[in-house]
Amino acid sequence: MSKKIPEEQYRKTRSYRLRQWLDGTKDPFLDTVEMKPQKEFQEEKHVIESRKEEKKKLYERIYDMEHNAEVRTFHKIYQIFSVVFCVVLILTLLVAVSNLPTIGQPDNPVNNEVAARYIENGLQETGAVNIVTGMILDYRAFDTLGESHVLFIATCTVLILLRNDKKKGKNGVESAEENDRIYEPKNDIILQTVARFLVPLIFIFGIYIILGGHLGPGGGFSGGAVIGAGLILYLNAFGFAKTERFFTAKTYKKISFCALACYCLAKSYSFYTGANHIESVIPLGTPGAILSSGLILLLNICVGCVVAGTMYTFYVMFRKGGY
Amino acid sequence: MELLHYILLGFLVVCAISVSLSKNLLNSILIYMSYSLIMSIIWILLESPDLAITEAAVGAGITSVLFFLTLKKIHAMMKSDDDEEGEEKDE
Repeated sequence: MSKKIPEEQYRKTRSYRLRQWLDGTKDPFLDTVEMKPQKEFQEEKHVIESRKEEKKKLYERIYDMEHNAEVRTFHKIYQIFSVVFCVVLILTLLVAVSNLPTIGQPDNPVNNEVAARYIENGLQETGAVNIVTGMILDYRAFDTLGESHVLFIATCTVLILLRNDKKKGKNGVESAEENDRIYEPKNDIILQTVARFLVPLIFIFGIYIILGGHLGPGGGFSGGAVIGAGLILYLNAFGFAKTERFFTAKTYKKISFCALACYCLAKSYSFYTGANHIESVIPLGTPGAILSSGLILLLNICVGCVVAGTMYTFYVMFRKGGY
Repeated sequence: MELLHYILLGFLVVCAISVSLSKNLLNSILIYMSYSLIMSIIWILLESPDLAITEAAVGAGITSVLFFLTLKKIHAMMKSDDDEEGEEKDE
């Protein structure tokens, strides 16, 4: 139980003062503590000048070529070494070129039994009219498999380097997209009209190059690059909203995974049969027909899919770092 | 035909040198594009159309598009962009 104290006595206690201070009716420090309004900080003129002079002196000392011995010697050594390096490189290359065998000699190391076999038995063994495709996708299919994987790994690396990290928050992605929107030419009539005519033609030409790889010049890589270029043109003309209807990161992952796996399986089969001297079930067909030359057509389509997706993904990654 | 060959090879050398000597990066890319196109014509003359198609599609097409994009990203595309670049730096 607290004792009730009269008003005058209460006014002297600490709790009354605390209450007053909390209410804001009376500031206990006002008039008791000496107070001054703060002045804005202003640097005096001579201080600024001396600082600027010091900076200037520092710059002069660093970039003073005539008196800075270190910089001078570095420049001299740099010049001398660059000249020496160029001369050595030129001499090495010239010596290497002069030691090359002359073009067209029959006993050159290039003219061995491998090339002869490719030319003589290529059509019979691979069924491809185009010897180059027969070489790339049959005799040396393992190389091409490595190439497709290199492309896929290159995309992964670009993705790691240029991706907009979502962990940074929504701001990063959104600002990148806004930046991209500034650069994108909206509704460019000339570009759109031209693209409407050209994109289907480019696609058809790319598909023709891929499908006709074993019959004439072309193949998976060049056809895929043409289709990728067509996709890039379409994207530039109509924007991301339209391309994302049919081609997103998910589509790319699915397509390249399926194509690479298909390539691996098809080629494993032919390696297996070849190594164990088993007759392959796949017929070579009549040379010159579209459905001929065994697995080459399938492999061409696989490589073409991977290359087209990769080219498009490169472009998108360079542009805004993500689909 | 021999003469055309030598003319194209000469163009190739001129392009290769002027790419490295050109101060404007955009010009360098355009010259590099023409280098690729000349190279693809030379591939056709050397009777390897497979390589010619690939060179035209990749060398002249996609590589230069990627170069253009990179130039745009680092704001080196045009001289009028310099002012904007300064403003962005200030921010």
